[in-house]
Amino acid sequence: MLSDVTSFASLAPAYPELLLAVGAIVVLLVSLFWKGISSKAVSIVAIVLLLVVLAVLLLQPAAGVLFNGVFIVDGFARYMKALVLGGAAATLLISLPNSKEHGIDKFEYAVLVLLATLGMMIMVSANDLMSLYIGLELQSLALYVVAAMKREDRKATEAGIKYFVLGALSSGMLLYGASLVYGFTGTTQIDQIVTAISLDSRSIGLIFGMVFLLAGIAFKISAVPFHMWTPDVYEGAPTPVTAFFAAAPKVAAMALFIRVTTVSFAPITHDWQQIVIFLSIASMVLAAFAAIGQNNLKRLLAYSSIGHVGFALVGLSSGTEAGVEGVAVYMAIYIAMTVGIFACVLALRTENGPVETISELAGLAQKRPFVAAIIAILMFSLIGLPPLAGFFAKWQVFLAAVEQNLFVLAVIGVLASAVSAFYYLRIVKVMYFDEPVAKFAAVPGELNVVMAGIGFLIVTYFVTVGSPLTAAAHSAAGSLF
Amino acid sequence: MIFSDHLLTVITFLPTLGAFLLLFVGGRDEAANNLARYIALGVTLVTAALSLYLWYLFDPSNTGFQFVENYGWSDSIGYRMGVDGISVLFIPLTAVLMPAVILSSFGSITKRVKEYLIVFLILETFMIGAFATLDLAMFYVFFEGTLIPMFLIIGIWGGARRIQATYKFFFYSFTGTVLMLIAIMAMYWQAGTLDIVKLLTFKFPPEVQTWLWIGFFASFAVKMPMWPFHRWLPEAHVEAPTGGSVILAAILLKLGGYGFIRFSISMFPDASHQFANFVFVLSIAAIIITSLIALVQTDIKKLIAYSSVAHMGFVTMGIFTGNIYGIHGAIFQMISHGIVSAALFFCVGVVYDRMHTREIDAYGGLVSPMPRYAVVFMVFTMANVGLPGTSGFVGEFLTMLAAFQANTWVAFFAAFGVILSAAYALWLYRRVIFGAFTKESLKGILDLDRREAIVLVPLVILTIVFGFYPAPILDATAASVNLVAENFANAIGAAPAAVAAATGH
Repeated sequence: MLSDVTSFASLAPAYPELLLAVGAIVVLLVSLFWKGISSKAVSIVAIVLLLVVLAVLLLQPAAGVLFNGVFIVDGFARYMKALVLGGAAATLLISLPNSKEHGIDKFEYAVLVLLATLGMMIMVSANDLMSLYIGLELQSLALYVVAAMKREDRKATEAGIKYFVLGALSSGMLLYGASLVYGFTGTTQIDQIVTAISLDSRSIGLIFGMVFLLAGIAFKISAVPFHMWTPDVYEGAPTPVTAFFAAAPKVAAMALFIRVTTVSFAPITHDWQQIVIFLSIASMVLAAFAAIGQNNLKRLLAYSSIGHVGFALVGLSSGTEAGVEGVAVYMAIYIAMTVGIFACVLALRTENGPVETISELAGLAQKRPFVAAIIAILMFSLIGLPPLAGFFAKWQVFLAAVEQNLFVLAVIGVLASAVSAFYYLRIVKVMYFDEPVAKFAAVPGELNVVMAGIGFLIVTYFVTVGSPLTAAAHSAAGSLF
Repeated sequence: MIFSDHLLTVITFLPTLGAFLLLFVGGRDEAANNLARYIALGVTLVTAALSLYLWYLFDPSNTGFQFVENYGWSDSIGYRMGVDGISVLFIPLTAVLMPAVILSSFGSITKRVKEYLIVFLILETFMIGAFATLDLAMFYVFFEGTLIPMFLIIGIWGGARRIQATYKFFFYSFTGTVLMLIAIMAMYWQAGTLDIVKLLTFKFPPEVQTWLWIGFFASFAVKMPMWPFHRWLPEAHVEAPTGGSVILAAILLKLGGYGFIRFSISMFPDASHQFANFVFVLSIAAIIITSLIALVQTDIKKLIAYSSVAHMGFVTMGIFTGNIYGIHGAIFQMISHGIVSAALFFCVGVVYDRMHTREIDAYGGLVSPMPRYAVVFMVFTMANVGLPGTSGFVGEFLTMLAAFQANTWVAFFAAFGVILSAAYALWLYRRVIFGAFTKESLKGILDLDRREAIVLVPLVILTIVFGFYPAPILDATAASVNLVAENFANAIGAAPAAVAAATGH
């Protein structure tokens, strides 16, 4: 029997990953030996590489299971990978200006981002607990280094260490859970676990394994109560790195979460549903209240991202195809809003350096009306106010929850969004209602482009991207069920 | 004709197009500001003309929806537009008031002029869209969308305590409305559609209706506002700029009443019947308690704001009687209140622009320096009281009539509201317009100028015309109101009959 590896053409579904892996290594080698190359050029090459991989992914609809069943490419994987690649490319783009100041003007930064992205793509396509772990670790190891890239900065180093220690702990839990699942089902392959579970009734050991597995992944998506590292790492890491953390890895981990729960644990949906509902409620409520007291922009955005993970999990709580579709739409809109808001944060500089706190934004609407308008649009969208994209994201996930009669979850969720409106509105208030105090520096061109593009998409979501995006998410979710 | 097929879309989104145009007006000098003002005025005037054309084309004998547009979007949401007798009049009301709002800002808004006009134009799109849409999710989109511009209007151009006021406005409305969102989703899974036309014929099981009714009530009772959910309103009114107060009182409050008729009464008749007495109690409380509160106010705007709450009490009372007079009267009262309260806030704006105070005690004897103003203010005061011959009378009379039919005690207590409204309105008029003209600060105050007269005189005419000849409004709404009342009677009549039939066997 021919092995998969012997025929290159049979590897077609994995072409994007292969291309990215080879590309990342080539970029690494070239930048090592070509002394004069600037970090900016490397970043641009990396962006182009990511976009090429994205094009290959989109233009080549090959699907299938490879490498003895550990690697799967289906509609869901393709959708999530497209988000990951888009998010990674966009965050590299917004980290181009002022990279020296953030301590990321080294070619390793772009290479590590490429490798982390590769890890995420493997995570999304993982069809086996082992490939899942390999993807997760490839991603995490790259991210640990990136977090501490600004070596001379104590906060960044602290963030890197914290991220590493807690990340390692979560990987350990995940691995322990995986071993229990293997022990009680006799297989590590995700789509075979499901048959093993449905053959014999669920055992307590299997439940234990699943809980550990989900706890490990919950760390990666920073759902409460596994969120502790998020505010510190977001605050300590250089802002472009924070933007990267907040966007692509969340999507990849969420994809993993969805695949593990809806595919391998489908027969025990009721068991993991409780866990997801708890994570969801805890994330939404804690983030809504904890963010109120923050004055640091990045800490606030950390809590905001915790809250949004909670809202996305509302969709998964339903355990249905409509729910997965909702999460897919939610993650797409979330990634756009996150990239947009970090582009705005990176664009703002006063004479004292980059803007770090909310109070520094005072009167921004009169000094930099364009940036202020984009931030305001993003804030209203993060609240979930129609007609902005954020509303349609919430609509999809809550609709799925209501279908399953999860009314308590839905009511708590919308009330939490009302509470979270308070801190988002505070930013609007400071920008629009207060009088200006500081002078703001001119905004770099790349950031203007990103902000304008994302602002446009968020505002015109209903007439432009909304319908095709929903259709794509629908077919993506359909491939899992 | 192709154009009239898309008339609602054109009317709804023309203001947004205008706002988009304004983005390209460069410069911060007076010339650029004036250009922006005239663009906004032109756009709102065209919208107003089109909305009157819509009213003209509207066929009042047709009980169904007209000017319908229907396109799918996702599985659930669709872009659906259409009007019937319940909604058609609110569109010209909104569109006709907008040019007046824009015109009134010419003298009073001098900072961030372009932004002011942009948010108002966007607000107009949301308001018209909420009345014109036939998709439940899109209704939510438009309804909730109004929060963004209104939050900015109060927060940026408001008075000294504007931040507290705008937060209160936002959170009261947002919290109420998100509960409606859950109800909307539940309705979708019950009925399998968000198309309002189909939902109107769908029969929700009575026990489900109760929960859905509560979800919608949470939203509309805050919007209306009903006592005791009205706390945000006086503050928002007092702190908002004149244009904001006008829109808030004249249009945004009507969204609540419109919602009660369109959704609560029409889709959840059993629950509406079940909760009718509860609503009556709140309505009576609104009418009597807020009228008493209005009596002791020292701020002109606050007094008018409380009187709005009282007048909305008549509307909710009328709606939940569920009979033809009640619903008819409620719609008429809303249109009339839209004109009268808007005009009253314009009147306050006139003196505020001159004296920069809204304290009643700061004024007195204005009749001698401002005779024209005194006449105009008198007409609207009388309309606010509900004097026969003004538009305020018709709606109050019809809703009282309906209340008598439903429950005599309700009508008995509501009648106190008529007396109290006369008390606070006339007393306000006496203190501001009559009395000795002795205050030093008022010396040199000028009468209405031409711009203010252009804003106010059409409203005077409308108030008196609709007082003597309410037919244009009543005719347009009659067929649809009959249908709503009939369906309501059938639904609540059918329920006991079904029980009787079941026990009979």
